[in-house]
Amino acid sequence: MADLVVKDLHVNVAGKEVLKGFNLTVKGGEVHAIMGPNGTGKTTLSMTLAGHPRYAVTQGEAFLGEKNLLEMEVDERAREGLFLAFQYPSEIPGVPVKNFLRQAYNSVKGTEMEVFEFYSIMQEKMQMMKMDMSFANRNLNEGFSGGEKKRHEILQMALLEPKIAILDETDSGLDIDALKVVADGVNSLRGPELGVLVITHYHRLLEYIEPDFVHVMMDGRIVRSGGPELALELEEKGYDWIRSEVSVGGEV
Amino acid sequence: MAKVNEEIEQKNAALDIVQDYKYGFSDPENYVYKSGKGLTREMVKQISEMKNEPGWMTDFRLKSYDIFASMPMPWWTKDLNELNFDDIHYYVRPTDKAVQSWDDVPDTVKQTFDKLGIPEAERNFLAGVTAQYESEVVYHNMRKDLEDLGVIFTDMDTAVREHPELVKKYFSTVIPPSDNKFAALNSAVWSGGSFIWVPKGVHVDIPLQAYFRINTKNAGQFERTLIIGDADSFVHYVEGCSAPKYSTDALHSAVVEIVCLPGSRVRYTTIQNWSPNVYNLVTKRAVAHENAVMEWIDGNIGSKLTMKYPAVILKGEGARAEITSIAFAGTDQHQDAGTKVFHLAPNTSSTIVSKSISKGGGKTTYRGWVKVADNAHGSKVNVKCDALMFDDGSVSDTIPFMEINENRVSIEHEATVSKVSEDMLFYLMSRGLSEEQATGLIVSGFIEPFSKELPMEYAVELNRLIELEMEGSVG
Repeated sequence: MADLVVKDLHVNVAGKEVLKGFNLTVKGGEVHAIMGPNGTGKTTLSMTLAGHPRYAVTQGEAFLGEKNLLEMEVDERAREGLFLAFQYPSEIPGVPVKNFLRQAYNSVKGTEMEVFEFYSIMQEKMQMMKMDMSFANRNLNEGFSGGEKKRHEILQMALLEPKIAILDETDSGLDIDALKVVADGVNSLRGPELGVLVITHYHRLLEYIEPDFVHVMMDGRIVRSGGPELALELEEKGYDWIRSEVSVGGEV
Repeated sequence: MAKVNEEIEQKNAALDIVQDYKYGFSDPENYVYKSGKGLTREMVKQISEMKNEPGWMTDFRLKSYDIFASMPMPWWTKDLNELNFDDIHYYVRPTDKAVQSWDDVPDTVKQTFDKLGIPEAERNFLAGVTAQYESEVVYHNMRKDLEDLGVIFTDMDTAVREHPELVKKYFSTVIPPSDNKFAALNSAVWSGGSFIWVPKGVHVDIPLQAYFRINTKNAGQFERTLIIGDADSFVHYVEGCSAPKYSTDALHSAVVEIVCLPGSRVRYTTIQNWSPNVYNLVTKRAVAHENAVMEWIDGNIGSKLTMKYPAVILKGEGARAEITSIAFAGTDQHQDAGTKVFHLAPNTSSTIVSKSISKGGGKTTYRGWVKVADNAHGSKVNVKCDALMFDDGSVSDTIPFMEINENRVSIEHEATVSKVSEDMLFYLMSRGLSEEQATGLIVSGFIEPFSKELPMEYAVELNRLIELEMEGSVG
């Protein structure tokens, strides 16, 4: 178990400030949801925490347990227990899913597991995600449907057993059946060891993955935090409601 | 004085070896014979005499030398301007004869092949092995059962002595000395290489392999290979090669001729892994008769400059060519590779898949020439060239040339150039893979159409080589 602590994070993308003093703490066992309209910096947050080189931190800090995330390479962060389920996972032609998964597993776990031993673990997790075994022989993300891509992301999460998992709009492009499978997968991984950060536009996903905390993000920072009821309120009233409230308060 | 110079040269050679190329170690020279630098007509004669060759071969060599001396360098490249023919040792004889037991190979040479894993591979998955060190084959062996079926697999020098009728009938019929300057050079000074004859209907179900090793600084290696598949036969021949890494140049200029008689299938797999000081200028060509299949699986890693265009002449109706190649060019390397296919008969087909990778300012060129003659109706051509680049300084050129003189044919051509993207690397690294692992995985995926054609042991080795090439390459 390790807490994710983000303090006063400022991030530039292509010279423009997108995150403007972002604060958040996610503890092991907790599920946090970040909601907000397009262009408020939700994806910037997840890419920055995972270490994408195009996102430049200008101020603030981010810790995973005792480790300073911002001083670590992308792969070190993963080995330390940070996981990002991508909104748009890259396609890598010619690389079978099973080879990729085994390399990722061995890297993150620091082992050299034999092929067949690994396959039995992989198959167990694939059953959990209701995936056909032939999936493991396909090329990484190549020609995957939206649902297959997201299922595959959660499969990786199940295999790598991170301490903190960030799900970046995992619900986008999913029909209701796929959404249920993905949510069931995430729920089955919930436990005192895992902190989850769910990033989404819509309330829909939160009906299946129930958050402990909901945060609303606007213009590069969190403008309101609450319990699950905040998500419902947003669903009813829309983001304009918060926008008007926070502008009254002079924060936006 | 000459001897002292030689010793100094050897010491310098040892110092010149650079460590980052895996097969870059070298052995002390303890040779039966090593020619001085440069090439003369006299020396050609001398090589032939030392080999006790029949008169026809001596004449062939001398005629070839004259062609070599009078022929210009290939006009379409400037890359050969720095190659100095006077700075090469053309004939280096490490031992007196090829032996059939590794125990009889001199220790230093045997250790080298041990390090390269050849005896182990022979024990595990090969039907026969030829090991060439410098100019001569030092070890040769083949499974007894194949011998009993009439398969001939021997070094070329032995074939000239023991199978003169077969050699005379086919030698130089596919690639005459006048084909190009380097074919002429090879024809003049050739030494070693493999000779294979597979009788009618015989299928050699496991691969035969040759391994070529250059050890001396400034050495030239000019092996000559001739493979004949008689009607309805099959053979898979695999060659590998490497050399120590010196700061001065070495020259590898082979000629490979293949004759696929009606209904036969010959598969020729190459994994070249020359050190980055080697000029690799090789002429490879096959003739495929009725319904024969010729497959070139051609992997080019390393070397300073490779110029190699495995060719197939589809001479008989229904003949087929399949050419799958990869080229990997790193810093200061140029892989100028491609292929040539001539459709000279009806209903012939060719499939060409070329994959090239350049990084660290390396350059790859695909040079292709497909010709369909005016009677070759019903023929099919499918060409696919993909290039992958790692950085802005690297270069990839595709120069496909098609000469189609027949209307009733099907021609497909596809070419792509892509760059390894930041997002691909980020995705893989976010799963714990190091930058090297991530790029290695991207590359192994890119060349998958090639590596799936290899026997498993070679595919594994190829991936190891690629990983090695990728180390420290990005960032």
